[in-house]
Amino acid sequence: MTTIAAGPPRVAGLDRAESLPLVNERVVLCYFVASFTFFIIALLAGLAYSLTFLQSYPFAGIEWLSPGRVRMLHTNGLAYGFIANAFLGGLHWAVPRLTLRSVLSDKLSWLIFVVWQLIVLSTAVGLLAGEAQAVEWGETPVWIDPVAVLGLLLVGANMLTPVIRFKGPMYVSLWYFIAALVWTALTYTMGNFFPQYWIGGTASGAIIGLFIHDLVGLFVTPIGWGLMYYFVPIILKKPIWSHGLSLVGFWGLAFFYPLNGIHHFLYTPIPMFLQHGAILATIAVELVVTTVIVNFFATLRGSGDALRTNLPIRWFYVGMVFYFTTCLQCAFQVTLTFQRIIHFSDWVVGHAHLVMFGVFGFWILGMMTYLFPRLVGASGWYSAKLNSWHFWLSAIGMLVMVLDLTMAGLVQGFAWDALMIWEETLRASTPFWLVRTYAGGAMILAQFLFLYNMVKTASMGRNGAAVSGGIVSGGKIDV
Amino acid sequence: MFESKSGVLVIAGLAFFIFAFIVMGALPWTIYKDQPELTALELADRGLTHEFVGLAEQFPERFAEYFGDVTPGAFAEALTLGRDVYVAEACWHCHSQFVRPVAREDIRWGPVAHAREYSNELQRPVLFGTRRVGPDLSREAGRRSNDWHIAHFYDPTSVVPLSVMPRYTWFFDENRVPNKKGMAVISFVQWLGCWVDEYPYYEEGLYSNPAPMPSAGADDELAKHGDAVDEKA
Repeated sequence: MTTIAAGPPRVAGLDRAESLPLVNERVVLCYFVASFTFFIIALLAGLAYSLTFLQSYPFAGIEWLSPGRVRMLHTNGLAYGFIANAFLGGLHWAVPRLTLRSVLSDKLSWLIFVVWQLIVLSTAVGLLAGEAQAVEWGETPVWIDPVAVLGLLLVGANMLTPVIRFKGPMYVSLWYFIAALVWTALTYTMGNFFPQYWIGGTASGAIIGLFIHDLVGLFVTPIGWGLMYYFVPIILKKPIWSHGLSLVGFWGLAFFYPLNGIHHFLYTPIPMFLQHGAILATIAVELVVTTVIVNFFATLRGSGDALRTNLPIRWFYVGMVFYFTTCLQCAFQVTLTFQRIIHFSDWVVGHAHLVMFGVFGFWILGMMTYLFPRLVGASGWYSAKLNSWHFWLSAIGMLVMVLDLTMAGLVQGFAWDALMIWEETLRASTPFWLVRTYAGGAMILAQFLFLYNMVKTASMGRNGAAVSGGIVSGGKIDV
Repeated sequence: MFESKSGVLVIAGLAFFIFAFIVMGALPWTIYKDQPELTALELADRGLTHEFVGLAEQFPERFAEYFGDVTPGAFAEALTLGRDVYVAEACWHCHSQFVRPVAREDIRWGPVAHAREYSNELQRPVLFGTRRVGPDLSREAGRRSNDWHIAHFYDPTSVVPLSVMPRYTWFFDENRVPNKKGMAVISFVQWLGCWVDEYPYYEEGLYSNPAPMPSAGADDELAKHGDAVDEKA
C-alpha cells in the first residue's frame, strides 16, 4: 500500500507553532467547546423532557419551556449544535492533514464558526418561542433555513478547496468528506423547502422521510466514518486492513442509503411498492455496514490491547459495536412484520438514542478525548480516572437506556395491538420511563465529569504545568 | 472512477442522490399530483363543524373579538392558526395522524387513512407523526365535547388522571376562557376526521362498530371512503 492508503501523512508535529500554518487549532478548539456546550444544554433538555413522562416536569405551565418545545431543543440541539459543531472541528483537523493544504481561508473559517453558532442559537430561541416547522429533525424555523443552506455552501467551499487543490490518490476519508459535503447541502435544501413550499400532503411525507433518514445517513454517517478512517489508523499506527472493503463500504452506502427514506412511514398511504423498495434498500445497507465493520475489526486484530489501554480507541470501537447493533436492529425493525408492533412505540426512540449518542456521540467524545489536551496545550489529561468514569457511565447508561426502551416498545406495541385501553398502556409504560430517566441521568453525569476534567486540563495547559499520570488511558498524544 | 474526485462528487454526491430523490421523492408526487390540494378556505367552505359553531355560541363575545362572525372565512382562519399552534407545541411528536391497516388500528380508531385526506393546505408538510405517546388524532372530530378539550388543555390530568400530556395554560385568558390560540387549536383538533362517517368509541373499550378490514374488496372500501371525503362537510 502507498503511504496515502496507509493513513494520513504526518505533517503536524507536536510543536503547536509548527502545525499552525496547516491547521488552525484555535478553530478546532472553538468548535469542540461550542459542540460540548450545546451537548450539555441538549442533554439537560432531554432529561427535563423525560420527566414529563413521570408527571413531574419541573417547568410545567411555562410557555417557553413547554415540554413539546423542549423536546425539539433536545433533538435539534444535538443534531446541529453538538454533532455538526464537533464534525466541523474534526474536518478542520483532518482535511488539511489529508491534503497537505490548509482550508480556503482562515477568515472564512471564523465567519462560518460565528454564523453556525448564530444559526444554532436562533434555532433554539425560535423553537422555544413557538416558531417550529413541521419537519422532524428539521424544525428549524423557516426563516433560518436559507441562512443554514448558505452556511453549508460556505463550509463546502472552505473544505473542498484543499481537496481540489490536492493532487494524487485520495485517502478513503476524503471520499466520505466530499460526498458528505455535497449531500448535506442537498438534503437540507430538500427537507426544509420541498415539503414546505412545493409538495404537500402524502407526497410530502415521502420527502420528509428522505430528509429524516438522509440527515443521519448522508450527513452524520459519512463524516463520522470519514473521521474513523482517519483517526483509527493514526492511533493504532497501522493501515486500514482492506482498501477493497473501504471501496465497497463507501459505494454501497452512497447507493443504498439515499433510498431508505420512506421506511419511516410504512403503512401510510404512500404507495406500497415504494415502501417495499425502501425496506429492501434498508436491508441492503445492513450488508454494506457489515463490510465496513469487518474492515475495522480486522484492522484492530493484533492490537486488541488498545481497547484497554487507549481510551479514544475504546470510544471508537464501542461506538462501532453499537453501530453494527443499531444497523442490525434496523434491518429487522424495518420489516413490515416488526413495524406492525413497534412503530409509534419507544422501541424507535431507543433506536434513535443508540444511533445519535451510542454511535456518533461516542465517536465524537473519543475524538475530543484524543485531541482536547493538545488543543489546549496540555501534555495530557488532568485525570485518567475521570475519563474512565466518563466512558463507563456513558456506556452503561446507554446500554440500559436502549434495552429499557426496546422492551418498553414491545410492551406498548403489543398492548396497543391487544386493544388495551389507552390510559392503561401509559400505566404499563411508566416503569420503563422511570428507568429511562435514570439511565439518561447517568449519561449526563458522565458528561459533567468530562466537563470538569476538560476545565482542569485547560487550566493546566494555560499554566504549562507538567502532568503526572493520566496519559496512558487518557488519550495518547503520540501522533 | 471509484476513487477519483469527480467520480465521488458527481456519481456518489450528485447522481445517486438525485436518483434516490426521483424514485423515492418525486415518484410519489407524480402519483398524487392529480389530487387537488385544497386551501383552508375550500375546506371550510364544505361546512362548519358543530364544535366550531359551539365555541361561538359558548363564548360569543370572545369569539367575535378573535374571529368575527361565524363564517367559513373565520373557520379557515381558526383551522390555519390551530394547525400552526399544533406544530409550534409539537403536538405531532406525540400524536400521530394516520390509521394503519394493521395491528387492529381500524378497530380502535376507525377507517384506515387514505391519501386523499391529506391533499390540503393544512397537511403541508404532512402531519403523519412518528410516535404515539397519546392516541392518534386523525379520527378525533366530535369524539369529545369542547368542554372536555378545554378542561384537558388546561390540565390534562383533571380528566385523564394518568395522562402525561403537558398543561397548556397559555391557551387561556385570565378567566380560564380559551383565548384565540385555544379556540383555534380546539377547532383544529375537533376538525380532524370530520369527513369520516363514523368511528368507534375506543376510549370506553367498546369496539362494537369496527370498520371492515381492508382485505377483500379493499378498493371498494377506499372508494366509498373517498366519496365520503367529497360529500361530507
